[in-house]
Amino acid sequence: MEINSILIQLLNGIQYGLLLFLVAAGLTLVFGIMGVINLAHGSFYMIGAYLAWSLAELAGSFWVGIAIGIVLTIILGMVLEVVFFKHLYRRDHLYQVLMTYGLILIFEDLRSVLWGNDIHGVVIPELLNSSIQLTENLTYPMYRFFVSAVCIAIAIGLYLTIQRTRLGMIIRAGATNSEMTQVLGVNIKLIHAVVFSIGVSLAAIAGMVASPISSAYPNMGTQVLITCFVIVVIGGIGSVWGALAGALLIGLADTFGNVFAPEYSGLSVFILMSIILIWRPEGLFKRSYK
Amino acid sequence: MNFKITTRNLLVAVLLLMLCALPLFAEKFYVQLFSKILIMGIFAMSLDLLVGYVGLVSLGHAAFFGLAGYCAALLSPQYEAGNFFVSFSAAISICILFALLTGVLALRTKSFYFIMVTLAFAQMIFFIFHDTKIGGGGDGIYIYQKPLLAISGITLLELENFKTFYWFTFGWLIAIYAFLRILLQSHYGHALGGIKVNEHRMRALGYPVFWYKLSAYVIAGSIGGIAGYFNAIQFGFVNPENISWHTSANVLMMVILGGMGSLHGAVFGASVFILLQELISNESMLGSFASHWSLMMGFFIVAVSLFLPNGLTGLFSRGSKK
Amino acid sequence: MSKPVLSARNLTKRFGGLVAVMDVSLDLFKGKVHGVIGTNGAGKSTLTNLLSGDLPPTTGSIFYKGMELFDLPQHRVSRLGIGRSYQKTNIFPAFTVFENVRLAAQALHQRPFQFWKRAGSFADVNQITERAIHAVGLSDKRKIQAFAMSHGEQRQLEIAMCIAGEPEVLLLDEPLAGMGHSEAERMIDLISRLKNDHAIMLIEHDMDAVFSVSDYLTVMVNGQVLESGTPERIRTSDKVQQAYLGYGEDSHV
Repeated sequence: MEINSILIQLLNGIQYGLLLFLVAAGLTLVFGIMGVINLAHGSFYMIGAYLAWSLAELAGSFWVGIAIGIVLTIILGMVLEVVFFKHLYRRDHLYQVLMTYGLILIFEDLRSVLWGNDIHGVVIPELLNSSIQLTENLTYPMYRFFVSAVCIAIAIGLYLTIQRTRLGMIIRAGATNSEMTQVLGVNIKLIHAVVFSIGVSLAAIAGMVASPISSAYPNMGTQVLITCFVIVVIGGIGSVWGALAGALLIGLADTFGNVFAPEYSGLSVFILMSIILIWRPEGLFKRSYK
Repeated sequence: MNFKITTRNLLVAVLLLMLCALPLFAEKFYVQLFSKILIMGIFAMSLDLLVGYVGLVSLGHAAFFGLAGYCAALLSPQYEAGNFFVSFSAAISICILFALLTGVLALRTKSFYFIMVTLAFAQMIFFIFHDTKIGGGGDGIYIYQKPLLAISGITLLELENFKTFYWFTFGWLIAIYAFLRILLQSHYGHALGGIKVNEHRMRALGYPVFWYKLSAYVIAGSIGGIAGYFNAIQFGFVNPENISWHTSANVLMMVILGGMGSLHGAVFGASVFILLQELISNESMLGSFASHWSLMMGFFIVAVSLFLPNGLTGLFSRGSKK
Repeated sequence: MSKPVLSARNLTKRFGGLVAVMDVSLDLFKGKVHGVIGTNGAGKSTLTNLLSGDLPPTTGSIFYKGMELFDLPQHRVSRLGIGRSYQKTNIFPAFTVFENVRLAAQALHQRPFQFWKRAGSFADVNQITERAIHAVGLSDKRKIQAFAMSHGEQRQLEIAMCIAGEPEVLLLDEPLAGMGHSEAERMIDLISRLKNDHAIMLIEHDMDAVFSVSDYLTVMVNGQVLESGTPERIRTSDKVQQAYLGYGEDSHV
């Protein structure tokens, strides 16, 4: 393989890893703070992609579509938290797994009612539909750079929120001791709803920005969810930075696996997980706030 | 052991007799439906050993189901019947091997990690069969003739006959039920119970907890494989769906429905689940709404996990106490 | 003097930057109770965890009958003959007293290849179980589920589980914690009976009890051994008086 295509694959791997990070970050935040394993998290990714497609068509603009989509998913997150998820916080993981699996079936069926079972391509917005000349004979699609930039911006925003803001402080405290925060007079129920809807919208945003590359198709959440599980196992559950490291590792492993052994590319992710399990069964990063 | 004649024992005896006699009076469709229930009952019992008795929640149990099924298919020649003993023992050996390999890794983790890791390993098997040509890719493969159960040319059982097949799986269900019952009443079973409650204390008492868990995982995996093998030869067809996490989640649902930690409960849960699935996807009853069976199933699963954590049997026992 | 059954040499345990146990050495002899006292956070429970194999020491060595225990998993340590009780009652609440103790007794006689026999059908295990239950005086409660008993009885059950493993060494972590006066007296009585067949390490806060039952005492402060010797010597030690007993417990001593 020549150096140019290695570089391209490297960029693709990082971009895919960053995208996975958005989904995995929500998964790990919700687990770290509420202790809930959410199998339906991948569905939010799918919902994001379908929203981007349908809203962009309706509004006539990708950007307006995304803006409306983000608002809708935040509301969706709040509603789901209040109706379903808040009942799960103190329950055994077994029931969390089952209930959220049931939600997947519901989401998939509603998806087929609302949007049908076809694959829908999303058009890359005019502004970003170009290529960047990296070297003399190497170009890279502008849109993929945009995706990486969005993910990096959100990661920085997440970092600042957790480390610097009052909400972040409460989130960190809430992760360690939810009774304590209640004594301090913090409305922990509101915090839970906010954190949950942040998680939902992060996954949905990932689905939206990915949709021009991957299209929107049925069951697209499943593979992302399982990949994110592997990321969380590798990174250490509850740790946002573990999720970032895990996501980049998996993004690269998957991309290069695809290049070298396309038929078995699905395996590279699991091989990586097995190695980490032998070496460090609790993940690369233990929970950052404990 | 001495059996007392109680209403309960009488009911059980009548139920068993009726199940045994089912092929004598029921139509082919129902006999086959009940064969499926028996197979899923075996599958649910195997998972219940892990979830209900050792406290290990696996979301990858379908891996064994699918592996054994594919083994049955790949070892069946296209134009003649395969040898039952060969393909069956190969299928179970593969399951034992897979359980050992993944168990050693997955059991290094606990609770939610274990859930995710078992799911991930099952998904790995899913990808192998889905993305490669080994088992016909996403389309799956057919088994044209059921394996031949014969010793030196003498056919012992005609598995192609749907009635014989039913009785054969019924016998397996009873045998596996008895095996697990006995196992759970032994020292080994009691130690598993202790590990479920307090693993650390068991270690302090001198139990090699890891080996207990691994052995239970291997036993559960091989019984799951038995179910998968029979499922494959009953339908004459395997595809990646057999390994998918939907299959894993469904069998978990059966275990919950029947009430965890109860072997006959698992069989009961499997029958309720399969019958419900038949019912809500039945077009002649529900019309076009039947195409939304996954929506109904979704709501059903959500409702059970929120309101019936102890399953349907929990509902009955709570009702009778009131 | 006879050889120690269990001896620890220069045990140190660090958790990150925190030193929980530092350079502790002690010997346990059959027929003797070795009391370990010290304030909260002095490292007594960590010491127990090191000796029982719950935690590996950072440095130092542990010898059981002259053999060094090196990197053994906890269940192996336990089966060698080092039994322990827990500070927080650590039993199987839904099991009956008999089942709890039998679980402990059968740990010594694990027969994975006799899986077809019912757990209750092994005469040897049942006998050991009965003996242990009898020793702690719970014979009339053997069919009661553990959660339904009083705190004191649960502590007794904890000891029964400990001795059912037929250990030679007993590491008792605050067996009197939370007990009423009469229950505590019975427990002290039990410990002094058990010492005939066992080498005992006793961690306890109740000074009267420790001084009455111990043959030898070690006083720990901040993870280190401050002083060790006979109860008489500890009672009169200036160091101990200043560092530990001076905090208001002096009236008893």
